Amino acid sequence: MKRSDIKGILVIGSGPIVIGQGCEFDYSGCQAVKALRREGYRVVLVNSNPATVMTDPEMADATYIEPLTVDSVAAIIRKERPDALLPTLGGQTALNLAMKLKRSGVLDECGVEMIGVDADAIARAEDRNLFKAAMGELGLDMPRSGSAHSLAEAEAVAAGIGTWPLVIRPGFTLGGTGGGIARDETEFRDIVQRGLDASLNSEVLVEESLVGWKEFEMEVMRDRAGNAVIVCSIENLDPMGVHTGDSITVAPIQTLTDREYQAMRDDSIRVLEKIGIETGGSNVQWAVNPATGRRCIIEMNPRVSRSSALASKATGFPIAKIAALLAVGYTLDELANDITRVTPACFEPALDYVVVKVPRFTFEKFPGSDRTLGTQMKSVGEAMAIGRTFKQAYLKAVRSLEAPLAGHDVASFDPWFRAQLGEIEAFRRFLATKNTKATKNAKSAKNAQGSGSDASPCDACGGNSAIVPELLRQAKVFGFSDREIAAAIGSDEAAVRRMRLALGIRPEFGEVDTCAGEFEAKTPYYYSYYPSATFQPFNLSTFQPDHDALCRRIMVLGGGPNRIGQGIEFDWCCCHAAFALRGRGIEVVMVNSNPETVSTDYDTSDRLYFEPLTFEDVMEIYERERCDGAIVQFGGQTPLNLAARLEEAGVRVLGTSPRDIALAEDRDFFRSLVSELGVRQPPSGIAHAVGDAVEIAAGIGYPVLVRPSFVLGGRGMAICYREERLREYVEEAVRVSEGRPILIDKFLTHATELDVDCVSDGEATAIGAILEHVEEAGCHSGDAAAVTPPVSLSPETIAEVERIAKAFAERLHVCGLMNIQLAVKDGEVWMIEVNPRASRTVPFVSKAVGWSLAGVAARCMAGERLGNVANVEMLPIANSNCQLGAGNTGNIPPSRYCAKEAVFPFAKFPGADITLTPEMKSTGEVMAFGPDAATAYYKSQIAAGSPLPRPGEGGIMLSIRDEDKVAAIPLARRLDDLGYEIWATRGTSTALWKAGIECNALYRVALGSPNALDLMRLGKVKWIVNTRDGGEMAAHDSAKIRPFAVLHGVPVTTTLAAFAEAVKGLEAANGLQAIEPTSLQDIHRRNP
Amino acid sequence: MLLQMSMQANFEAKWKAERERLAFLALDDGTVFRGVAFGAARDALGEVVFNTGMSGYQEILTDPSYSGQFVVLTTAEVGNYGVNAEDAESRGLFLSGLLIGDLTEPSNWRSERSLDDYLKANNVPGLYGVDTRALTLHIREHGNRKAFLHVERAPLDQADAVRRATAWEGLDGQDYAARVTTAEAYAFAGDAHGEVEKLKGSKVEKLNFDGTFDQSAIQPFDPASSARRPLVAVYDFGVKANILRSLATWARVTVVPAKTPAEEVLAMKPDGVFLSNGPADPAALPYAVENIRKLLGLEPFGSTFQPFNLSTFQLPLMGICLGHQLLALACGARTARLKFGHHGCNHPVKDLATGKVEITSQNHNYAVIEESLPDCLEITHVNLNDGTIEGVRHKTLPAFSVQYHPEACPGPHDGAGLFAKFREMLAK
Repeated sequence: MKRSDIKGILVIGSGPIVIGQGCEFDYSGCQAVKALRREGYRVVLVNSNPATVMTDPEMADATYIEPLTVDSVAAIIRKERPDALLPTLGGQTALNLAMKLKRSGVLDECGVEMIGVDADAIARAEDRNLFKAAMGELGLDMPRSGSAHSLAEAEAVAAGIGTWPLVIRPGFTLGGTGGGIARDETEFRDIVQRGLDASLNSEVLVEESLVGWKEFEMEVMRDRAGNAVIVCSIENLDPMGVHTGDSITVAPIQTLTDREYQAMRDDSIRVLEKIGIETGGSNVQWAVNPATGRRCIIEMNPRVSRSSALASKATGFPIAKIAALLAVGYTLDELANDITRVTPACFEPALDYVVVKVPRFTFEKFPGSDRTLGTQMKSVGEAMAIGRTFKQAYLKAVRSLEAPLAGHDVASFDPWFRAQLGEIEAFRRFLATKNTKATKNAKSAKNAQGSGSDASPCDACGGNSAIVPELLRQAKVFGFSDREIAAAIGSDEAAVRRMRLALGIRPEFGEVDTCAGEFEAKTPYYYSYYPSATFQPFNLSTFQPDHDALCRRIMVLGGGPNRIGQGIEFDWCCCHAAFALRGRGIEVVMVNSNPETVSTDYDTSDRLYFEPLTFEDVMEIYERERCDGAIVQFGGQTPLNLAARLEEAGVRVLGTSPRDIALAEDRDFFRSLVSELGVRQPPSGIAHAVGDAVEIAAGIGYPVLVRPSFVLGGRGMAICYREERLREYVEEAVRVSEGRPILIDKFLTHATELDVDCVSDGEATAIGAILEHVEEAGCHSGDAAAVTPPVSLSPETIAEVERIAKAFAERLHVCGLMNIQLAVKDGEVWMIEVNPRASRTVPFVSKAVGWSLAGVAARCMAGERLGNVANVEMLPIANSNCQLGAGNTGNIPPSRYCAKEAVFPFAKFPGADITLTPEMKSTGEVMAFGPDAATAYYKSQIAAGSPLPRPGEGGIMLSIRDEDKVAAIPLARRLDDLGYEIWATRGTSTALWKAGIECNALYRVALGSPNALDLMRLGKVKWIVNTRDGGEMAAHDSAKIRPFAVLHGVPVTTTLAAFAEAVKGLEAANGLQAIEPTSLQDIHRRNP
Repeated sequence: MLLQMSMQANFEAKWKAERERLAFLALDDGTVFRGVAFGAARDALGEVVFNTGMSGYQEILTDPSYSGQFVVLTTAEVGNYGVNAEDAESRGLFLSGLLIGDLTEPSNWRSERSLDDYLKANNVPGLYGVDTRALTLHIREHGNRKAFLHVERAPLDQADAVRRATAWEGLDGQDYAARVTTAEAYAFAGDAHGEVEKLKGSKVEKLNFDGTFDQSAIQPFDPASSARRPLVAVYDFGVKANILRSLATWARVTVVPAKTPAEEVLAMKPDGVFLSNGPADPAALPYAVENIRKLLGLEPFGSTFQPFNLSTFQLPLMGICLGHQLLALACGARTARLKFGHHGCNHPVKDLATGKVEITSQNHNYAVIEESLPDCLEITHVNLNDGTIEGVRHKTLPAFSVQYHPEACPGPHDGAGLFAKFREMLAK
């Protein structure tokens, strides 16, 4: 029964997207918040990540976009006075924060009960010693191990185990940060030291290596009555030794007998009981020796995890939602299975399909980083695919990645998987070699008979690239796409498609229905498959979409697996399109392959298709559903790349036409449009070879910004200050961009960059907000910190920016979203680029102004006028100032400034340079509000996990390049006035002393001690300001200092502009004892 | 390289067979499902049922309750972990045939042979490459159907196959227990048929998979102490080995043929009687119902046999599945056919006494009709999916039964406590 003694519940989100903690926690948080509110609880939500659906003001009763720190959440607790805290849905971040809140005493002080899991259970699951003891009491086998708090202790443990290799895992971290496998003593010492540094409690576990063992996971749900079910079982293709987040995984388990499976099931449930997980979901991981069957428990997560998101999507069982309801007192048998609606949630889903998840890596973003897969997670996203065979699911998953699989050692896979992959490759080879023969035979048979027979190749393919129909059918059953078949037989995709359609070879659609077809599903979701043998004489595929003539049906294409440059922000836009259209009575068909997202939750859209975002897969769905149109501009580059082909094939692309989107990328058209509209643009040129490039750069003058055409996330972009670097770059870039030309622009030094997001219905245009970057132009807009409303722009400049935005929207016939990037230098506005599609900043801007740009845009795309939508959507929330076509930066409450800061994965890629460049490197972002821009910026640094020290908390190290020294001196003086201890490298310290500022001089790292590394190690320096000299060559010191700082969590500021903003923030914060937290709802409600 | 070429050739032969697809399953309503033949090349008749369990095909194959049936496994990949001697649930395979989606080669440290070999050796036909989801939805809509499986090489007209399916008598009213029961009574020593001696007396869940056992869980076979163990007589209507293994952890177990008269069972002086699972229709076993009535003391014994005082006669009795239906019939209830039965490992069953939910293994087409339940029986367990009766208890006599399979194999072990409950009854 539901608890009536609690009324208000605080839910903690997981903060910015980082490697190891992606948007799966937005998905789980959303489910939980929705479920709890439906039960009548008052939900208070805190999360620093604005790109989440959970932080939409409609989701919780009170939403705080605030840093996930003890101070900030304690302030919220004191203000909101919730009765309970639910910490199990925001990943390791929320769990760690809940533990810290508990220890700080604020929970007891305010009478807040931790629900779902208690502090003791968290400790038992997370503390290796307690966990080991508990498992020992259950009689479960574990790898021999010991924990250590110092290198010496670790060495003693290693001696006790007595074998190599050894695994080192730090305690209390996420994604296995800082762990690794050591094969000898040297590696051992390195990894242990790194692990001790990364661990929150300076603890590492040293254990016997199970590298090569089979790895399994079980997702268990348990209620307070002791009922327990296994929601999903997962087998990893990559065996022990590769982080499960980086592994290819499959559900259900494939290579265990029932007896072995059930023994593992029993033990998994006993583990939850033993750890004391009274209610909710947990993930239990096991290793099995493939030769002997010896089974060891590896770990358990006492919370909803990345695997549980995958398990939910793989089975249709909403783990997070059920976990939330169990936490407030329900038992499993009291809750209904949402998919069937007639059976209870107390059951174990039965799968009649195979689910394969593959990781998406972005090693190319971090040159110099180690690409070997190990115990530290490195992937940034994942794709999930469903098929009726492993082969189908695997091939679909791989094609969902839009990139080749990398890093996996197939030889280490279990023979069962090796055989499956071997058969796929054998068939590919067979198609390539034997098909020609079969075709010839069939042709001669045809000639002999003089008429077509069943085995005749289809001439539609033409020439020597035809394929025998039965072979084509078989290739489809295998799971090959038209494109892959075409590649194998030397034809092209269009020809294979024509033949396939002519032969009537179309996919069936299976359902994820939780019960393998035993019961009728009310809200299933779908996957395509080609049945291995169809049946006769009648066809059961009686799917007739009940197409109501009055009800329009619109397809929304998602973004596929997350990657750097295309992540949760785009999924947020897709979700908002779905919400807005469904709110208007339009049926929404969602297509996506990313299991982490809210868009792939079964109740976000009317019909969900878990399918790859390829032309072939999308067309089959579009035609089956008889959609009235498709939205392609919200899911990032993936659906945009399909737009033109879809339109050609008869899909009605809604909103800005693919032609206009392409035009904005067309350099010649765009340059002439820019000058026609009277906007300045940096001189530029296009090069196809090194010679061209050098000539162009000489003409326009260095530095130059160079990039390949048609890329997202700034892939392959760089600023070149000298010819030799330009030469190197062009050679490399020609390869990356597959022969497409290289664009060369004059780089504007010391300019302020702006991001402008707006919505247009094709005639009227509404500007969401103007974002002013904190960093100077030159770092990727996704990586830049930014504030809004802009602080340094004159009213004239703002008016000019608005004029430009509207003019471009009109000329590009924008219907939907548009993002413009501009640079302002000496009061003059320069055009950088226009993207008539969703941008990364849309969720941030929507949160800042209080209305959903994506939702409004979707309605415009569906045919509504902006004026009508605006009246309904924007005004009640923004509560006034929204004047369409007027100066609507005033949408933001004047007393409220918003700052965005990016979060980077450098700690996962030792060796990679952390300097910000035009190539996007961040994985996520945080948002912070403040009464002024400086305070907002200061808070955003806290939220991003690199808080600037307050006076007395630690010193500041300055290393300023010569050209910045003059401007830096007054800033240093202000820091001195605030009472900071300042350390400086030689040149900088000389300059400071000359200006009369006391500081301590430091040696260069190479020259002796004390140097920056020593001071960081001693905890004396808590902030490093290091503006790079020369711009491109990271100096010897920078190269040493920056990675070290990243590993120690010491913030590094690399531009003068950010330094200035930070100093202002510190001054503002110094005058302020505590910043009163304000909910998003109040921020927009209070707007005068 | 040579090896690779031969692999490629093997694959190509397999793919060729798959393209040709001569085999099919014809239902009595005229629907035909095509696939690729494997296992024994023998045509067969049977009723089609689907099982939604995701593991345990060997246990399913060796479960005598599937006698007379074609089993469709809804799980996508089958054959993955091969077949081994330990996991057999009876002395052989009794089902009519196996229908699956994808057939794969085994990989598991306990695997001894492939599924294909196993079916061939046991003369059971199989069909893979079937669109099992379509077939399952068809059964869900139209109920369990009579069918004819054609896997022999000789061509057969589909219409002819449909006619054969229609002409078949089906399972209703048929006594299949008599076909699968043991020919003679025997004392169970360890595994049902002595194939795996080392399983003797051990608890399944304590089995370590490197082939060793947790010694503490084994109760050594000691004739002296064994004499003090209670004796359980098991009516074999198609008993699964794990029922016997479960009982043998604390009892001496004697298995008797389905038609053994109650008098003969009582002559063994058992401390309790167990009614096993089994195939087909409980209503076709009037002899079993009569024997159970006698064991319950509801009906007089044969004139020459009066070992006990009927008024104080209290012989503990437990039933599973078919045994449960027979107990209910003996007490006066009626049974009926479900539309497509329950076959799988994920059915939630609520224990009404404790409120606790067990995830259970199930395999039955017939069920006890709730409205027909006599006053002397009380419902103890219900199925949370469809509300059907999952367990009953006699209000005055020491007899109870469950529709589901607490012995698991395949399936979860959540219900294993019922055997302990039976043991307590015997101890009283």
